[in-house]
This record gives sequence, structure tokens and C-alpha cells, in this order.
Amino acid sequence: MISRRSLWRSAAAAFVALPLALGAGSALAQGKTLKAVMHSDLKILDPIWTTAYIVRNHGYMIYDTLFAMDDSFTVKPQMVEKFDVSADKLTYTFTLRDGLMWHDGKPVTSDDCIASIKRWGSRDSMGQKLVSFVKDFEKVDDKTFKLVLKEPYGLVIDSLGKPSSNVPFMMPKRVADTPGTEQIKEFVGSGPFIFKQEEWKPGEKVVYVKFDKYKPRSEPASGLAGGKVVNFDRVEWLAISDPQTAVNALVSGEIDLIESPAADLIPILEAEKSVKFFNWNKLGNQYTMRINWLQPPFDKEKVRQAAMMALNQEDFLKAVHGDAKYFDVYKSYYPKGTPLATTKGMEKVLESNFAESKKLLQEAGYDGTPIVLLHSTDLEVLTNLAPVARDLLTRGGFKVDMQSMDWQTVVARRAKKDPANAGGWHAMLTSWVSADILNPVMISFMNASCEKANFGWPCDENIEKMRDQFSKETDPAKQKAIAEQLQIAATKAVTHVPLGQWYRSGAHKDTVTGWLSAPAPVFWNMTKK
Amino acid sequence: MLTFIGRRLFATIPVVGMVALFVFLMLRMTPADPAAIIAGDYATTEQIAEIREKLGLNKPLHEQFVIWVGRVVQGDFGESFFFKKTVASLIAQRLEPTIALAVVTIVLSVLIAVPIGVLAAWRQGSWVDRTVMGFSVMGFSVPVFVVGYALIFIFSVRLDWLPVQGYVRIGEDFGAFLERLILPAITLSVIYIALIARISRASVLEVLNEDYIRTARAKGLSNRVVLMKHALRNAAVPIVTVIGIGIALLIGGVVVTESVYNIPGLGRLTVDAVTGRDYPTIQAVILLFSVAYVGVNLVIDLVYTLLDPRIRY
Repeated sequence: MISRRSLWRSAAAAFVALPLALGAGSALAQGKTLKAVMHSDLKILDPIWTTAYIVRNHGYMIYDTLFAMDDSFTVKPQMVEKFDVSADKLTYTFTLRDGLMWHDGKPVTSDDCIASIKRWGSRDSMGQKLVSFVKDFEKVDDKTFKLVLKEPYGLVIDSLGKPSSNVPFMMPKRVADTPGTEQIKEFVGSGPFIFKQEEWKPGEKVVYVKFDKYKPRSEPASGLAGGKVVNFDRVEWLAISDPQTAVNALVSGEIDLIESPAADLIPILEAEKSVKFFNWNKLGNQYTMRINWLQPPFDKEKVRQAAMMALNQEDFLKAVHGDAKYFDVYKSYYPKGTPLATTKGMEKVLESNFAESKKLLQEAGYDGTPIVLLHSTDLEVLTNLAPVARDLLTRGGFKVDMQSMDWQTVVARRAKKDPANAGGWHAMLTSWVSADILNPVMISFMNASCEKANFGWPCDENIEKMRDQFSKETDPAKQKAIAEQLQIAATKAVTHVPLGQWYRSGAHKDTVTGWLSAPAPVFWNMTKK
Repeated sequence: MLTFIGRRLFATIPVVGMVALFVFLMLRMTPADPAAIIAGDYATTEQIAEIREKLGLNKPLHEQFVIWVGRVVQGDFGESFFFKKTVASLIAQRLEPTIALAVVTIVLSVLIAVPIGVLAAWRQGSWVDRTVMGFSVMGFSVPVFVVGYALIFIFSVRLDWLPVQGYVRIGEDFGAFLERLILPAITLSVIYIALIARISRASVLEVLNEDYIRTARAKGLSNRVVLMKHALRNAAVPIVTVIGIGIALLIGGVVVTESVYNIPGLGRLTVDAVTGRDYPTIQAVILLFSVAYVGVNLVIDLVYTLLDPRIRY
């Protein structure tokens, strides 16, 4: 159907600039294009160098992985045709699929994969753990290589199929030889899309075109695994920073999809018949409070436990998402619906038991030192969390000093180990994509290795020993038992506080179908009428 | 005249120098850390420290400033922390949309504001005057983004006459270029029209009460000649001044308008750079804006000599 705008534009163009208009029209010749607005603009292009999710998403467009997680959280071979584990569980032999090719036309080889694993292993925490167990990488031939371990390690395949930042993407050896501390300068992958670097305009758009020589697996697409069949000639990510403008563009049909529309604008989209919603990340996200173990009074276990007693999940989730269809109250460090999910050890906490909280504070000798709580004001999914925390903690007997700032300032501030009254902090709230916290090794907030731990710096030898046991255990049933014990230990020590799971659907025009449910938004399998 | 221009150009050096120092210090005093932003939300403390080292943010402030000024003097604005592109190339990429938007806005504003301001003065106290002044008050009072969203809702979402967002370069498709510039230019010109119309009215009113206007009328000159030849010419200096001052409003408005209409211009670049604490880009863009502002003022000063023969430099 010709819209009024098309008519208007045709008339205007004909009247104002007929010769120029006749010379244009290249858009019509571009074939099938999907235009999407992602959660952020793509600024950095190296998915191993940064953990930013938008760069991870870019990685899934142009790179491929040896293994990938399917819709039921099972890690399946992706670039790998077959793999074999020796009886002593020390040698893993991987054989690549036939026909794998880089975007420059050269074949994918074992050397490329070994170099890629090494670079990822120098950067990613799960990768570092894996590489620390590796005795040697051995190239058998161009399509086969071995990974030889020093001792059995239970997370080899899980690590290589890690679904979220940093994802072990495969790159050509010449690129993967770049030290992990430096960003890569060439963006050649073997994934289903080619990155059009010459068309990349930061702050405007990122362009991908279909890689015609990509050979999808024969299995149907499932999560991040299976056949990556591309049905577009071109995918454009438009950098529309204003959420209202993005919604208007979707309603008017200028774009086809919004990865994550702002919560307060969802009713506008719900009122549009041509707009549909899809919860592409069915595991959702988990709100978390991080506590700084270095700063008194949170250096005392009982004070940390008092905080966990004072809080409850529902208040946080309702404050941000309102409608219960967008969240789940689930007291666990592991996301609801995943293999390790359990509520063991959390039965008595997170119930806003203020009397118990006050009692614990009294036992710990809390002197009323104000808790510096960092309040992020510019990200709508986080903004309402800190005021709820302030209220609950205050009712639980804490004195709270909530300090408001933009998210980037929170990010800088939380890295500081200074005393809270000298630019440091006591507590902050954030959110994790559930795919990043599937097991105790992936959950970086459960890392309790003191100075080496992530900001907050928890320090607990027992937790670290159990995390090691978990990573060395190869029996899934025993892994689950250890994960439960770890949850009990982490709840007692209070490495962090899980504040419930929340979901945000993507919005798309009804002409778009086939959006896959996966931990990252992917554009294969999708079609557009 | 040439001496004056030379002197004025020379005088821009300390102005730009002060702006550079101010911007540099302001940015370093803000608490956010670009290294932490670049590293991503879940980076370790070591990774952040490593990036700080690479970006040279560990060096003492004065050393960072000297290095930066040294480069700027040679025309090198450095490399964006994020995009791994030179700041000069980023600015070059964003210059056309902003210039196009600014030029169309100024032309549109002057073409509308001056005639309605003069008309309001000529018909002082009439409904025309009241309407123009009412619009003027509204133009000042309603924020740019509200005007933008209202226009998008009416003309793009409901009527489907014009696109919601985006920009097409002038060389790519002139029709699409115009189509995408209409709403942003109208949005941005609302406040500008209000400002110029108000000053035009006040200036013309003042001139209309001068003795020489009474003399002109006494000589039997027609209203048109009195207004166009005597009144408007003499009222032009304050109008031109306010057009120049309005450039500052325009710079602020461009930032908002480009965000609302998703125009990849310098305004958007500034917002993105500020939220990402991309120091080299922010510094370069602010310097550019300050040079543009000083340049516009110089041009306005030179235009005075054309409008008023009594002004000589």
C-alpha cells in the first residue's frame, strides 16, 4: 500500500529535485533488509576485549562458536562436527565441520581455533579457569585439534559453549594472535553475517550482510545452537538513542524491531495492532545487590546477614516492573528454570524480617555508620531499585546515605576501594543477564577470592574451595549437590543478594516472524514478509 | 577593517584557550571513569586498570593537558576512546547534518520571524500583534523536545506525512534529505522564531517612535517606504545581534533536536561522548562550538558596518 508519506515524498521530490531524485533510489535495489534498534550503539568491535552486551551481540552476527547452548540450556556442537573425550577425561579431541570458511574465503583451521581459545582464555574469567587446567593444545590436522588437561575439569564443554560475555568466538589466527589486552583491528569471522565496516557509522548505524558461503548445520535452530539460516540480505542496527523516537519509528514502520523497549512506553506499543512482543530471553535477568566487604560495617558477616534479612524481592520487582507478568520472585543465586536452580539455604532470608535484621545488627555492634548506597538514575531498569533498598534497610535498622548519580559514575565508583566517606561505597544494585550466572564459576559475584574477586571483594576460603570442587567435578549430579552447598555458604557469607528475576520482551512488527529464544538476540531464522 | 578582523581572530586564541582548559578540567573532575565504561559492566578491576594505563589516564593532569594541547596545536584532536577513529574523522562525518539543520533553521526562522515581528510592530495592539506575541511567549516556554514529540506524533505517527527519524545525506537523495529535515528544522526554529520576532517587534516599535519617522511621514512617504526603507533598516542592528546570540540557543537546541529526531550530527555526537566520557571527542566538539560561536560573532560585527554606515572598525 502506498502511504500518504510516499505520495507526499514523491510529489516533493519530483517538484524540488527531480534530477537528483531520479539518480537515487538505491534503497529499493537493496533487497530484503531488516532494521533493528538495539539496546545500545555499537562502539567497540572486539567481543573478547570488552564484556559489553552490544559487542557480544555483534559477535554473534559475524563470528561462530565451537559449541553453543540450545533452547533447553544444553551445550551442543556448533562449528565442531564431533568431539571425543578420553577415558581418563584428560584429552578432548575436536573435529571441525566441513566447509567452514572465513568471510575472506579462507578455510577455518585448527590453528585458528587454538589461537582463538587462547586469546579468549587470557581475558574471560571462565576462559582463564579453563586455560589454567590446560596442559597443551595439539594440532592433529587442519580440521582436528586436541585439548590436553593437567587434571580432569568438568566445565570444558560448558566453557566453550559459554553463551554470554565473553563468548569464545572463533577468529582467524592472524586476528586471534592479537594480545587480549589490545583490541583487534580486523573483523573477519565465519558467522552467518559479514560486518560492513565501510558502512559502519558510529552513532548512526551498523550494517551486516548475509554471508552467502555460510554453511548452516542441518539441525533446526534452537537457542544459539542448530542451523543458522539467514533470510535477509542485510540487517541494519540503527542507533536511535531516544526510546520514544524508537517506539515512534516502530509504530510508523520505519524499523522492524526493538530489542528492548523502555517499560513506560510498552503500553503505547501494546495499543498498536501491528506490533507484537516476544520474550527472546526467556531466562530473563536477575537483580542483585552487591555488598562491599572491605568497608565497615559490611566487613562483619552479621551485618551483611542483617541486610539480607531486611530485604525482599517483590518490592524491588514491583517498583520497576509493576505487573507480575514481567517478573518472578525466586530466592536463588541460580536463575529459575536452569539446571542448578534451587532455593536451598534461602528459606529464611529475603522476607523483610526487620526484627531479625535489627537483632543481628545489635549482635554485631553496629554503630550507626551510614551505609553509602549508590543510586543509578539514568537506566530505567535500575533507577527504582536503590530507593526501595534504602527504605527496607532503614526499616531493618540501618542508617542509609543514598547517593544519586548516572550509571557510568556508579561503574567508576564501585571499582574504588576507598573508604565510603572518601569516594568509596558500601552497596550498589545491578542486574545480570541470567545466561551469565548459570553456575558458580560463571557467577562472578560468587568469586570470593578477596583482592582478586570482582568489586565488592568478598573473601571466603571455603567458598573458593567449593567453586574449585565444582569446576573439577564431571558428574552433573555431584555438580548440582556442590552448587547447592555453595548457595548455602554464599547466603551465609552474603557474597551478594539476589533480588529476583525479571523479563523484558522485544517488540517487532507483525511482518517479522521466527525470532529465536536465546540468551542473546540473534537474527538468523528470522523472516520478514 | 583587515586590522580589525586580524585583531578579532587573534583575540579568539585566549577565548578558545580558556574554553579548552575549562572543558579539560571539568571533564577530569566528573567522577565517571572512561576506562570502566569501555571495559564493560562486568570487567574486573585489573582490566579497568589496564585500560586506564593504555589511555594515558594514569598520567598527572598537567601532563595530560600539555600532551593534548600540543596535539591540538598541530591539528591533531586525538583518537576517540571508543570508536578507535580519529576525532577529526568523527566530526567530519557529523558536520553535514548539523550544518544542514542549523542553516535550514536559521533561514526558516529569519524568513518567518522578521516579517511577523515587523507586522506586529506595525499593527501594535491589534489581534495580529497579540497573536504574534502569544506565539512568542509559547515558543519560549515550551521545551524543544516537547515540540519535537508533538510534531512527530501529528505529522509522522498519525498523518504519516513525514518520517519519524533519521537523516539522508544531501548527495544521496535530495528529496529524502528535505523530507527528513522539515520537522527537525521547524522544531528547532520555534524558539528561534519567538526570540527574533520579539526583538524585531521591539526594535521596529522603537524606531517607529523616532522623530525621523514622523518626518518621513510628514513628507508624505507611503507606509511601505517608511517601513521598509527607514524603519526596518534602522531596526536591523539589534535584530542581527539577536540572530547572532541565537546561535548559542541553536547549539543547545541542536543537541536535543538531533536526539529526538535521531539525526547523526554533532549534537548527538556530543551527547554520546558525554555519556561515555569520551574525553577527546567532548573536548574537540566543545572547542569547535566555541570557535563557531566566536566566528559567528565576528561575522555579525562585520555585518553591522553594512547596516549602519556610522559603525567603522
